[in-house]
Amino acid sequence: MTQASSWTAFSTVMRRDLMVVMRRRSDVLNPLLFILMVVSLFPLAVGPGPDILGRIATGVIWVAALLSALLGSERLFRDDFLDGTLEQLTLSPHPLSLLAAAKIVVHWLLSGLPLVILAPICALLLKLPSEAWLTLLATLVAGTPILSAITAIGAALTVSLGRGGALLSLLLLPLFIPLLIFASGAVEAALVGTAAWPQVLLLTGLSLLTLLLAPFAVAAAIRVSVN
Amino acid sequence: MWRWLHPYAKPEVVYRLLGRWLPWVAAAAALTLGAGLVWGLVFAPADYQQGDSYRIIFVHVPTAMLSMSLYVALAISALVGRVWQLKMADWALAAIAPVGATLTFISLATGAIWGKPMWGTWWEWDARLTSQLILLFLYIGVLALYHAFSDNRNGAKAAGILAMVGVINIPIIRYSVEWWNTLHQGATLTVFERPPMANSMLFPLLISILGFGLLAAALIFHRMRNEILRQELRRPWVKNEFGKELNEAERT
Repeated sequence: MTQASSWTAFSTVMRRDLMVVMRRRSDVLNPLLFILMVVSLFPLAVGPGPDILGRIATGVIWVAALLSALLGSERLFRDDFLDGTLEQLTLSPHPLSLLAAAKIVVHWLLSGLPLVILAPICALLLKLPSEAWLTLLATLVAGTPILSAITAIGAALTVSLGRGGALLSLLLLPLFIPLLIFASGAVEAALVGTAAWPQVLLLTGLSLLTLLLAPFAVAAAIRVSVN
Repeated sequence: MWRWLHPYAKPEVVYRLLGRWLPWVAAAAALTLGAGLVWGLVFAPADYQQGDSYRIIFVHVPTAMLSMSLYVALAISALVGRVWQLKMADWALAAIAPVGATLTFISLATGAIWGKPMWGTWWEWDARLTSQLILLFLYIGVLALYHAFSDNRNGAKAAGILAMVGVINIPIIRYSVEWWNTLHQGATLTVFERPPMANSMLFPLLISILGFGLLAAALIFHRMRNEILRQELRRPWVKNEFGKELNEAERT
C-alpha cells in the first residue's frame, strides 16, 4: 500500500467536507440568511437615517459576521465526532494539524467567502458611504480567516461536550476583539479619508499568524476531545 | 534538572511540601498585608488632590498587577502540563484560575468604586479598563471550560489549550485596545501618568503588593492541596495520612 502525499490528504478532507455540506444545502444558506436578517434588523431598531446607519454599518456587519461564524461552528466537528470520523482522522498517518487546516479552509469557504460576497449588499442596506466599500471588503477578506481559525479551536475544544453553544461564545468572543477593533478602525479611517492600509496590513498579518498557529491548537484540542 | 525535579511529580510529596510551606506563607501574607493596608489606609498622608479616595490604590494596584501575572502563570503551568504531561501542572491550573479571576474582578470593582468620585463615572471605555475586562472574560472562559468536562483530566487539558491561546492573544488584545482608544479619543485619562509618588505612599503600596502576592500564593497552595486530595482520594497514601478521619467520616 502506498502512502498518499500530504497534499492528497489535505484535498481529500476538503473535498469530502464540502461534499457533505453540499448534500444539505440549507446549511450553506442559513448563515447567510442569518446575516441578512441581523443587518436588516438594525435599521428597524435604530431608525433609517443614513447618518446613524452609515456610522454603525461596519460594526453591525462585523458583529453579524462573528455571530454567524459561531452559528456555523457546530458543523465543523460535531457530526464527524458523533460518527467516529474524527477518531479516524486522528489515526491517520498524516499530521492532524494538516487535516485540521483543511477543515478550517472549508469553514472559511462556507462562512467567510459568502460573507465577502454578501458584504456589498449589506453595505448598501446600511447606507455605508461608497468610499469605504473597498476597505470593508479588504478587512473582510483579511479578517474572516481569523474568524474561521479561532472558531475551529473553540469548536474542537467543546465538541465532546454535547451542548456547547453558550460556552463556545464565552470562550471565543473575547479572542475576536482585536479583529473587531482593527477592522472597524480601517473602515473608520477610510470614511474620514485617511490611509486605511496600515490597519488592513495589520489585520492581514494577524490573519497569517493565526492561520499558522491555529491548526496546531485545533489538533491538540481534537486529541483531547476524542480521547 | 529533571532528576532534581522528578520527586516533585509525586502528589504526596507536593502535598506535604505545600503543607509545610503553607503556614509560613500564610503568616507572612497576614503580616505584610496587615502592615501594608494599615499603613496605607490609616497612616499614609492623604493626597493633596484626591484626598482620602486615593487610598483604594493599596488594594487596586496590587490586584491589577497580580491578575495579569497569574494568567501568565496559568499559561505556563498549562504549557508544562502539555509538554511533560504532569498531572500536578493540570491541578496547578485549576488552583490558579479562580484566584486570578477573583483578583481581576476585585481590581475592576475597586477601579469602578474609585472612578465614580474621581472621573464621575463607574465605567469608562478606556484601554486599560477594557483590557482588564477582557482578561476577566478569558479567566471565566478557562474556568467554564474546565468545569464543563465531567472528567477533570480532560477538562484541565482543554482549559490549558485555551489558556495558551489566550496568553498569545493578551498582548495583541492589549495593544489593539490601546490603539483603538487613542484612535477615537486621543489621550483621555492622564490619571495613570502619575507623578513620582512620595515615599510615604510608595512604601505601603510596595508592601501591600508583596502582601497580596503572598496571599495569592497561600490561597493557591491551599487550593492545590485540596485539589490533590480530591483527585487522589482513593490512593493508599491518602488513606494512611487521613486513615482515622476517613473512617470516622464513613461511619457518620
